[in-house]
Amino acid sequence: MSTHSHTDRNHITGNKTYVIVWAALMVMTAVTVYVSYINFGILNIVIALVVASIKASIVALYFMHLKFEDSITWVFALFPLSLLALLIGMTITDTFTRTIVP
Amino acid sequence: MGDASVEHSHGHHMDPAVEYSSSKLGMWLFLGTEILLFGGLFAAYAIFRAKYPEMFFEQHVELNKKMGAVNTCILIFSSLTMAMGVSAIQRGKQKATAILILITILCGLGFGVVKYFEYSAKFHHHIYPDTSIFFSLYFLMTGLHMLHVFVGLAILSVLFVLTLKGKFNAKYSTPVEVGGLYWHLVDLIWIYLFPLLYLIG
Repeated sequence: MSTHSHTDRNHITGNKTYVIVWAALMVMTAVTVYVSYINFGILNIVIALVVASIKASIVALYFMHLKFEDSITWVFALFPLSLLALLIGMTITDTFTRTIVP
Repeated sequence: MGDASVEHSHGHHMDPAVEYSSSKLGMWLFLGTEILLFGGLFAAYAIFRAKYPEMFFEQHVELNKKMGAVNTCILIFSSLTMAMGVSAIQRGKQKATAILILITILCGLGFGVVKYFEYSAKFHHHIYPDTSIFFSLYFLMTGLHMLHVFVGLAILSVLFVLTLKGKFNAKYSTPVEVGGLYWHLVDLIWIYLFPLLYLIG
């Protein structure tokens, strides 16, 4: 390679790893569905979002190969998430701190 | 490779390694804009759910949890076959890649069929986007997601044909990888849509 890059071009994920990742995703899906039938109050949404985020992370890390990408790819992948947090955070803050309706 | 990569003046051919990494980086950047596109709807969801929790709970009961769960399984499985397809082409196995992409396409179509039955059932019960804020968000979010499934299917179909034609191999698999990234995003968005819409506790 004439250009040195930290991207591991030669890394090919084995099918065994993918099947394990898939099984983990299925187990977590079952957990979310199961938990939704039990009333934990506010914790329901917290559990649902935490499990969804773990699932999303392993999809990104393994299926989307992010684990083996260089740091600039990580920046590209994670920066939009901080913008998303800003978008949702600021809209929520605005909506619930207004004294004048609407 | 050394000579070819030095002579940039001879056209638009880049160093294959640079082309490969910039294609993937470009796709990640595009996926970032997609996340923010859906982000607007997620923000709307957050506000209205926080404002009207009872209404969200009452209305979400109308959704079919089982169909939602089946579609979640279908999409996760399609992500598995897509990922395996990428590994297969990186190993130069064209036939296996074509089969895996085809299975991924069939899963995507299956997802669409289930969604069609879901939407039909809603319309049958006179539930439309203007029924409530919850259903407005439901139809918008799942509809925009469905649009992405269709675009993904179009991309996968092209990849399938080109794989059959032998355009990709162990040395050149960039389109399969980049197309795969797009398909995984469709799965990723659904991973959030499913619990947020179908599984409100």
